[in-house]
Amino acid sequence: MFGTYDRPDQRNMLDQTRQGVIGKPLDRPEGHLKVAGQATYAAEYQRPNCAEGVLVGATISQGRVTAIHRDKVMSMPGVLGVYAADAMLRRAAQGMAAEAPKQDVQIVDFPMQPVALVVAETFEQATAAAKALQIDYEETSDVPFSPKGQETEPGSEPIESGDLEATMAQMAHTIDVTYTTPGHASAAMEPHASIAEWDGDKLTLWGSFQMLRYNVKELADSLGVASRNVKIMSPYVGGGFGSKLGISHDAIAAAVAARDLGRPVRVVLTRQQVFEIIMRRSETEQRVRLGADEKGRLQALGHEAWVSNLPEESFAEPVVQATQFLYAGENRRLAVELARICRVTAGSVRAPGEAVGMQVLEAAMDELACEMQIDPVKLRKRNIPSTVPGDDTPYASRKLAEALDEGAKAFGWDKRAKKPCQRREGEWWIGMGMASAARVNMIMPAQARVTMRADGSVLVQSDQTDIGTGSYAILGQIAAEMLGQPIDRTTVELGDSSLPSGAGSGGSFGAASTGSAVFRACEAIRAVLAGRLKCRPDDLQLQDGKAWAEGIEPRDVTDLLDGDIAKIGRIKPGKTSNSHQQATYGAFFVEVAVNAFTGETRLRRMTGAFGIGRVLNEKTARSQCLGGMVWGIGSALTEELAFDERDGHLVNHDLAEYHVPVHRDIPPMEVIFVEERDPVASPIQAKGVGELGICGAAGAISNAIYNACGVRLRSFPMTPDKVLAELPDPFAK
Amino acid sequence: MAHTPAARIAVNGTYHDYNGDPRRSLLDFLRLELGMTGTKKGCDHGQCGACTVHVNGRRVNSCLSLAVMHDGDEITTIEGIGMPDKLSALQKAFVEHDGYQCGYCTPGQICSAAAMIEELKADWPSALTEGVASNPVPSDDELRERMSGNLCRCGAYDNIIAAIKDAMGKEVAS
Ligand code: FES
Ligand code: FES
Repeated sequence: MFGTYDRPDQRNMLDQTRQGVIGKPLDRPEGHLKVAGQATYAAEYQRPNCAEGVLVGATISQGRVTAIHRDKVMSMPGVLGVYAADAMLRRAAQGMAAEAPKQDVQIVDFPMQPVALVVAETFEQATAAAKALQIDYEETSDVPFSPKGQETEPGSEPIESGDLEATMAQMAHTIDVTYTTPGHASAAMEPHASIAEWDGDKLTLWGSFQMLRYNVKELADSLGVASRNVKIMSPYVGGGFGSKLGISHDAIAAAVAARDLGRPVRVVLTRQQVFEIIMRRSETEQRVRLGADEKGRLQALGHEAWVSNLPEESFAEPVVQATQFLYAGENRRLAVELARICRVTAGSVRAPGEAVGMQVLEAAMDELACEMQIDPVKLRKRNIPSTVPGDDTPYASRKLAEALDEGAKAFGWDKRAKKPCQRREGEWWIGMGMASAARVNMIMPAQARVTMRADGSVLVQSDQTDIGTGSYAILGQIAAEMLGQPIDRTTVELGDSSLPSGAGSGGSFGAASTGSAVFRACEAIRAVLAGRLKCRPDDLQLQDGKAWAEGIEPRDVTDLLDGDIAKIGRIKPGKTSNSHQQATYGAFFVEVAVNAFTGETRLRRMTGAFGIGRVLNEKTARSQCLGGMVWGIGSALTEELAFDERDGHLVNHDLAEYHVPVHRDIPPMEVIFVEERDPVASPIQAKGVGELGICGAAGAISNAIYNACGVRLRSFPMTPDKVLAELPDPFAK
Repeated sequence: MAHTPAARIAVNGTYHDYNGDPRRSLLDFLRLELGMTGTKKGCDHGQCGACTVHVNGRRVNSCLSLAVMHDGDEITTIEGIGMPDKLSALQKAFVEHDGYQCGYCTPGQICSAAAMIEELKADWPSALTEGVASNPVPSDDELRERMSGNLCRCGAYDNIIAAIKDAMGKEVAS
């Protein structure tokens, strides 16, 4: 039984069960460890006799290594080895690769790419030796450094239907605009780190990863060992946001050196290396064409994007992913074009596709609403299609209209001035903006083991990771709910690759996928208990350690247990993945103040309303949304990777120069969950929540800037210099 | 070779003599030398605040300071603020308000907030206001300004401020 999810589970089991913990805003079970600094992250395991490794980056942009002058550094204090093995990685693995990424560090693909590892007794010795290591190169210049003016290839199959151009020409209202978004960095607070230790031909790697089931295979393939000989420990991960989907340079370098030295080796990336060598979100240029009839119904929709990546990478930022299903417009062309350039690998950064695609689409929708002098919320509601335009696929549960309405009401959208430059407080222009949120939804193969012990307590185990998302909390809640045990009788063990394979943390599918596996394992346990109680599984009632059914008196569940019951639950995507268009939806509302003299934008408040299916834990789900909205603020106002167009190197390679939002940038925030169950999405009627909060948020902010001061920038981030150049006369009446 | 006298450093009340590599930061002294990994390294360059500890009661980025410079100093780390079985009021408030997600910036946020609360009591000015002694529970913006040296990429900011306010309010009430 593979557990393929072919038919929507309409039973809504978790609404029938009685424990009453599902969805509740419970504290995270690991919280007491995190606030005391006692949750152990990858670099923090105390392994006896552990040596320290530091990676050395190339000083050329592309070419190859001709000589490494090892001798000089080998005589430096404490130095144990200099490694440049064939197995070592040039590039980090893309998400779900499950095989080795580009290896062989004699070749240089991009600036600062690791070409060697220096290992010493101490971190300081290794750092000094890494700085001193001299390497000779042969430089080439085959690949261009900037996407500007480069030839492109299709990044994905274009979606075309009807006649976009001809329809545009006939429409009463049209918008044809081009926006740009810069590259972004994940910049998780915990730098990538690995400790490798061999026991014979068995490797244990303490690492910081999002998806262990794939990471084990990537490690094994890179090192030429069997997967069964690789064990990964990642119980706590200090943020990922896509950057830890695949293995990175530190893991293989540490494993190579540890094997050679016969002792554990730790390799931690510097903050600068995290920016320079792992993964960027591609910059984009996006042309959006919108054509609406007199009533404001979209008949024409064009969304074309130009993105970039290194040669031979298959990833192309899927910019138009949500445009495909969000709004009407039968006559359409959606396309992504990919240029091959010499910059660090482009890959998944939180909400690949929608993060940048939605903010631009939603800014363009605002331009159309202005052109038509129609309320932006109304324009969106008018364009919610009944089936997916162009291919007639029906929608699974979709709460876009509800989110728009509930968000608008809570925010006080009716107080928005219809035109720009209407509200001024001292030196600040005040404005409001909104945007829709949308993100594709899916489940992925997942397994989890649930054990009900003889004393009734519950153990949930999976290699699923918790990267701050709340996996520990929600998986325990699902099991406690299904098996009728108080939450403090439930324990969750995660992040150990020897446990059954969860879906991993990525694509917002971890909770719904691994949660469904836990749910199914619990169903199997319930079936055993029902058999022992002599009732049908559907009639079994479990609560606070008691079991009963109609006509059967309550008794302690422990009476039904003569030992542990352990079951593995499995789920795999099936027919429901294709029968319906699945997505999460929402709406953002923001109020900004733009300084009339300096062009500085400050957020004053922000509301997000979201439909994510069943909410599994209201507290952690809200935090996921808050986090996404914070990313939206960064994307709108400050975040921008700056590459030198002459040699491809990243100029702002750390947190001093790449500006993630800080406390002071964040206004009071409100999150609303629209009541929803989506049986098409998963048997627990839940969908994803980790990425939706970013998908469109920056568009709402840019629209609010326009509403405040009449400046319509088509270039993110909307920094003061750009706003200032367009500001109206601050003294004009 | 002249013998260098060791630096005597008190960490959460326990004395440690250090005369190792002078390049070792206070942060790496805690993490690598003492194996006290509650204090986190996010950037090693004074950019993120994850490594915040108290030196003689004041909050400091421990990555920007060398261990050997701390002869005679008293260091308080997150382990000294409260362990899992005996959390401080501020730590409990972080749990209750979900003032974290991945938890990596969290010890730094808490150490920073604890020292900030003392700064507020001592009427230290910020970029936003001259002094705050007259108002024992300052505005959210005041707290945000003063906490801006502690980055949180998970974006738990709103909850962190709620946690700090809650803990401060409880302290005032009691
Ligand atoms: S690690 Fe010290 S400020 Fe970032
Ligand atoms: S909780 Fe993850 S960086 Fe703050």
